[in-house]
Amino acid sequence: MAYDNFNILTSSAVPLPLENVDTDQIIPARFLKATERKGFGDNLFRDWRYNQDNSPKENFVLNNPTYSGKILVAGKNFGSGSSREHAAWAIYDYGFRCVVSSFFADIFRNNCLNIGVLPVQVSPEFLDEIFKAIEADPMAEIFVDLPNQKISLTNSEQQESFDISAYKKENLTNGFDDIDYLLNMREEINEFAANTPL
Amino acid sequence: MSASRTLFDKVWDSHVIRSIENGPDVLFIDRHLVHEVTSPVAFRGLKTRGIKVKYPSRTFATADHNTPTINQHLPVQDPLSANQLKALEENANEHGIPYWGLGHENNGIVHVIGPENGITLPGATIVCGDSHTSTHGAFGAVAFGIGTSEVEMVLASQCIMQPKPKKMRITIDGKLNPGVTPKDVALYIISQLSTSGATGYFVEYAGEIFRNMSMEGRMTVCNLSIEMGARGGMIAPDEKTFEYIQGRTFTPRGDAWEKALPYWTSLYSDDNAVFDKEVEYHGSTIEPMITFGTNPGMGVGIQGGIPLANEAKGSPTTYKKSLEYMAFGEGDSMIGKQIDYVFLGSCTNGRIEDFRAFASIVKGKKKADHVTAWLVPGSHKVELAIKEEGLLDVLTEAGFQLREPGCSACLAMNDDKIPSGKYAVSTSNRNFEGRQGPGARTLLASPLVAAAAAVTGKVTDPRTLLETEYA
Repeated sequence: MAYDNFNILTSSAVPLPLENVDTDQIIPARFLKATERKGFGDNLFRDWRYNQDNSPKENFVLNNPTYSGKILVAGKNFGSGSSREHAAWAIYDYGFRCVVSSFFADIFRNNCLNIGVLPVQVSPEFLDEIFKAIEADPMAEIFVDLPNQKISLTNSEQQESFDISAYKKENLTNGFDDIDYLLNMREEINEFAANTPL
Repeated sequence: MSASRTLFDKVWDSHVIRSIENGPDVLFIDRHLVHEVTSPVAFRGLKTRGIKVKYPSRTFATADHNTPTINQHLPVQDPLSANQLKALEENANEHGIPYWGLGHENNGIVHVIGPENGITLPGATIVCGDSHTSTHGAFGAVAFGIGTSEVEMVLASQCIMQPKPKKMRITIDGKLNPGVTPKDVALYIISQLSTSGATGYFVEYAGEIFRNMSMEGRMTVCNLSIEMGARGGMIAPDEKTFEYIQGRTFTPRGDAWEKALPYWTSLYSDDNAVFDKEVEYHGSTIEPMITFGTNPGMGVGIQGGIPLANEAKGSPTTYKKSLEYMAFGEGDSMIGKQIDYVFLGSCTNGRIEDFRAFASIVKGKKKADHVTAWLVPGSHKVELAIKEEGLLDVLTEAGFQLREPGCSACLAMNDDKIPSGKYAVSTSNRNFEGRQGPGARTLLASPLVAAAAAVTGKVTDPRTLLETEYA
C-alpha cells in the first residue's frame, strides 16, 4: 500500500508516558472487522479515549487540546502483543507520522516501517528529556531528520542519533515497499522453490 | 562444514534467498497460514497490483478469530464478522487456496489446525498474520507472526524481508513438581524476563523439562514466546516430534518422508553453538502460576502475593495503573480472590491435553454456581477427541458445557466477551486491559488452575484438589 514518503519532520508531540502499551490498547480487537484500510484513526486508543457511552474521557491525552502534533512519544516497550497492523494504521490514520520510545516491540516496529510511520528509538535518558520538555512547554518542537538519522529538541542543544537499516531508510524516504523489490526477484524465488525440500 | 550453528541458524539460513547489505534477508516461506482478520487488506493489495497468490498450495486458510462458538450451523449474526468471513472465502476461492470455513471438519484455531493436519513440519518456515504463530516452533520450525503488509508480501512472492533476529537459549533442567504444567513454565519465564525481555531474539528452549514435555506442552510454551517479546521460540525436533507428525494429512509420506528425515534429524544446536544470550532456570522452583496485572509478565506463584509497587520491575506509574484496573491491592494474596468467569481454550491451551487436565480436576465435582464457564475446543478434531475419550461426560456431569471451536474469549472479537469489571481465570495468552471485553479483568493460568477456580469460585491452588498425582 502506498504511503507518503518520510524525510524530515518538525512537530510538537503528544506524550504518553506509560510503559508496555500493547496493541490491544492502541486498537481493541473489536475494531478489526473491516476489510478495507480506512477509518482506524477514529478508534485509536479507543478504550482509554472514550467511555463506554462513547463520551470522551477528559483526562486522556488525545482529548486534551493542550497537546497536538504529528509525533507520539511513549514509554518503554511500545506496541507489544498482537501483530495487528491495524495498530500502526490507526496511528497513521490519526495523523501521527513518527513514534518515539526507548524500546519498541518487534512486529509493531516492522509494521510501522512498512506503512510509513517512523519508529525512533532513543535512550531512556533522552526519552525523559523529551517528556520533560513537553511538560514544560506542550508546544515544544521535536525535529526528526531521517536522512541524517538524528532527533533533537529544537529549543535546546540536545540531540541523539537513531538506528534504521539503509534499506528501510531508502524505502521510507522514497515511499517504496518491499513487494516491489520481491516481485523483481521472481526468477530467483522460482528456482529456490523448485529445489526446496518441504 | 561451517562453524557451529544453532537450531535457529540451520533453519533460517537454509531459507535465505538473498541477504541485503545493511538490510533484511529475503526469506523463503514454506507455509503461510491465513485467517479472516489480518488478510482482507492484503488480498485487496494484490488486486490493486493485478497479481495472484504465488503458491496457493503453500497457503492455508481458516476462519477462527471473529467466529461465534455456538450455533455455527446458522448464518453469522454480526454483519461485520459475516462480511470478513465472506471476504476470506471469496479470496481463497479466487486464488485456489484450501479454505476450512465454519463447520468444515478441519476448521479450528489456525495454530491448532496447522500441527493437527501436518502443515507444521520440522525445519519449515511458517508465517501467519497472528503473533502466536510462534506455536509452530514446537516442531523445530522457524515460525513467527507478521503484519498485514507482510501477509501481502508472502501472498505475492512466498518470501518475506526480515532482519535476522539475535538468538537466545532458555535452558531448564530438573523435574516439574506435581500440578505444574507447561503453561506455568511459560508464565514463570515471562515473569522473570518481563514482556520485553526477549524482544529482538528468537528463543530456543532446551533442557530436560522441554525434552520430557509432550508435543502439546511444547506448543503451549512456544506459543507464549511472543509474550516475552520474542518473535518466535523453538524446540529441536526429536522422536516425539516425528511420531506426532507421521501420517497426518499434509505430512510427507513414503519417499518424501525418507528424503526429509536426514534434514529433520540434523536440526539441533551444535555443541559449541553461540547464543547472543543464555538464560537458565530450574524446573523444581516453578509453582503453578497466576497473573495479577495487565500484562503476561505480571505473574506470581499461586501461593504468592502481589508485589509492592516499589519492589516491582518497571515504572511505578504503569504498575499502579495496572493494579487499579484490576482493583487489586499491593501485597494482596492471590489465593481466595473471587472470580466470575472461567475460559478454557485458545491457541495456548485449547488442545486435548488441556481438556484432559481440566477434566482431571472437575471430575466428580460441581461447577460453582456463580461461575460462568466457557470451554472452547481449539478445533473440531479436539472437540471430537473430547467426545470420544469420554471427557464430555465428565464435564457435563460437573455442570459444564462445551462450545464450538474458535479463538473466542481470548480476544473477544465475537460475542464471548467478559463483562466489564468481572474477573476471568483464563487459559489464554493475554491479560491486557480490555482484551477479553471492555473492562474485563483477566487472570492468566493453566487449565488446572482454571478448573480449580471453576469448581471453587475463587483462586485456588489446584494441588489441593488433585486426588492423584497429575503427570
